[in-house]
Amino acid sequence: MSLSAVTSKSEDATPSPVKILPLNVARPGAGSRQFRRFGQALVNNFVPPIICAAILLLIWQIAFGRAGATLPAPTVVWKEASDLIIDPFFRNGPQDIGLGWRTLTSLQRVGIGFSLASAVGILVGAIVGQSIWAMRGLDPIFQILRTVPPLAWLPISLAAFRDSQPSAIFVIFITSIWPILINTAVGVRNIPQDYRNVAQVLRLNHFEFFWKIMMPSAAPYIFTGLRIGIGLAWLAIVAAEMLTGGVGIGFFIWDAWNSSRLPDIVVALFYIGAVGFVLDRIVGFIGHLVARGA
Amino acid sequence: MSAYLKLDHICKTFRRGSVENDVLRDINLTIEKGEIVSMIGHSGCGKSTLLNLIAGLTKVTSGAVLLEDREVNAPGPERAVVFQNHSLLPWLTVYENVALAVNKVFGAQKSRGERKDWIEHNLDLVQMTHAKDRRPSEISGGMKQRVGIARALAMEPKILLLDEPFGALDALTRAHLQDSVMQIHATLKNTMIMITHDVDEAVLLSDRIVMMTNGPSATIGDVALVKLERPRHRLELVSDRDYIAAREAVLKFLYERHRFVEAA
Ligand SMILES: Nc1ncnc2c1ncn2[C@@H]1O[C@H](COP(=O)(O)OP(=O)(O)OP(=O)(O)O)[C@@H](O)[C@H]1O
Ligand SMILES: [Mg+2]
Repeated sequence: MSLSAVTSKSEDATPSPVKILPLNVARPGAGSRQFRRFGQALVNNFVPPIICAAILLLIWQIAFGRAGATLPAPTVVWKEASDLIIDPFFRNGPQDIGLGWRTLTSLQRVGIGFSLASAVGILVGAIVGQSIWAMRGLDPIFQILRTVPPLAWLPISLAAFRDSQPSAIFVIFITSIWPILINTAVGVRNIPQDYRNVAQVLRLNHFEFFWKIMMPSAAPYIFTGLRIGIGLAWLAIVAAEMLTGGVGIGFFIWDAWNSSRLPDIVVALFYIGAVGFVLDRIVGFIGHLVARGA
Repeated sequence: MSAYLKLDHICKTFRRGSVENDVLRDINLTIEKGEIVSMIGHSGCGKSTLLNLIAGLTKVTSGAVLLEDREVNAPGPERAVVFQNHSLLPWLTVYENVALAVNKVFGAQKSRGERKDWIEHNLDLVQMTHAKDRRPSEISGGMKQRVGIARALAMEPKILLLDEPFGALDALTRAHLQDSVMQIHATLKNTMIMITHDVDEAVLLSDRIVMMTNGPSATIGDVALVKLERPRHRLELVSDRDYIAAREAVLKFLYERHRFVEAA
């Protein structure tokens, strides 16, 4: 309701500058039109989410605002955890640091694990995609491994590495590699025969074929895989850190749960969601740039 | 006497599972250095397949392709192909498409500057210098074919293989490109094998016209000699007796084959 009310109000406001336009010189008219269009975009893109968020907060407040509610209401979260919200980068001691620092620690792990997964996934995917037999033989295996949840890998990797840091990275690696690998393989499978013919006539070697034909041609597929992969990696880090400890954001949630600091958990959830969103957009944006180059 | 290029009893059968498709049967042909040979035949008879066999992109089922008495069974830049659908890489500009070939083929022999000059020289040959920084999606069909020709020429191939290079073009652009090809041949004296559907084009450009029978199991039905002096000018040829004779021979062959198929 309120959504349509806002847009119709801004439409009501439009006629007046249009009436002035013939009297003025063209320039200010064009400028104001541009400004109006910008304002319109702002209204269209930001007002609806803000209104929806406000409504959700209100529902949340009403649902859990009673005394004795199991979860904290927004007001309680603000009262008890405002320090976490306002200053992400404080340092009061080795275990008492801002959520920004914790997020960065987690991001570093994700960065290492995801980079490894990208490199290995693209390489192996390229090889698998080149061979119809490898594709037929390995695809079902990959499809099964793909569905194993991140946490199920943790005991095995702990047993193998006997240390939490490499285990967490391995869990990220093994969770995010499958979509990258499978998508790369499909992308390579779909390289048009024409491009392969060109490469053959030129006698490109494997290395040149990989960089000059495969990567550009399969880039849209690869970036779809990377985008799914980064999402999964971010899902996995929280789960892995809950069990392996350290200073990451995942462990923070686990720690807060153990010491009954529910408002802190709520704030951490927002951090995780925001960072995951930003990561997804970054990979999507890079993919967009690469695809436009193609 | 040993020929420059020799097609020796070539057969080609495509197999998919138990389904066999005999496309070419017993193809014999010798081509001299510097010759332009056209291949003409009804759609689907196997012209592209034969060209791919010469290029080495497809393997012969039996028989052999011999270039200077050496069997060829893999593709290589000495047999450059101008593909039926241009096959430019869409993520590279016109210049980069040619550069990919030049850098690969002459990476060792020529310096960076020489390669740049060579790329630009070949783009100039097909009059594409003005659009060298555009991508294939940003140029017309005729321009794409020209870039494809420049890319193939830039490899300095022993044999240039052209698969209906002007098939999808309007008559004017076509005539223009045919003139370019004749000019290039006059300067470089390169050997060319060209597939075409156009009888006039075949007669205008080639020294010999290879006429293929209808598939399945197509083979060479007849070879027409075109005894016309070069340089050739299309307007003067219209009333030339040799031109008319060659044209008639090809048309007769195609027409009678076609009739034959309808009767069968
Ligand atoms: N890779 C392949 N596998 C199986 N059959 C094929 C393959 N390539 C071509 N053929 C068959 O070979 C025959 C000849 O095809 P080809 O493309 O050589 O014809 P063409 O003479 O070039 O026709 P057009 O003039 O339409 O280009 C066709 O019947 C086609 O179905
Ligand atoms: Mg063809």
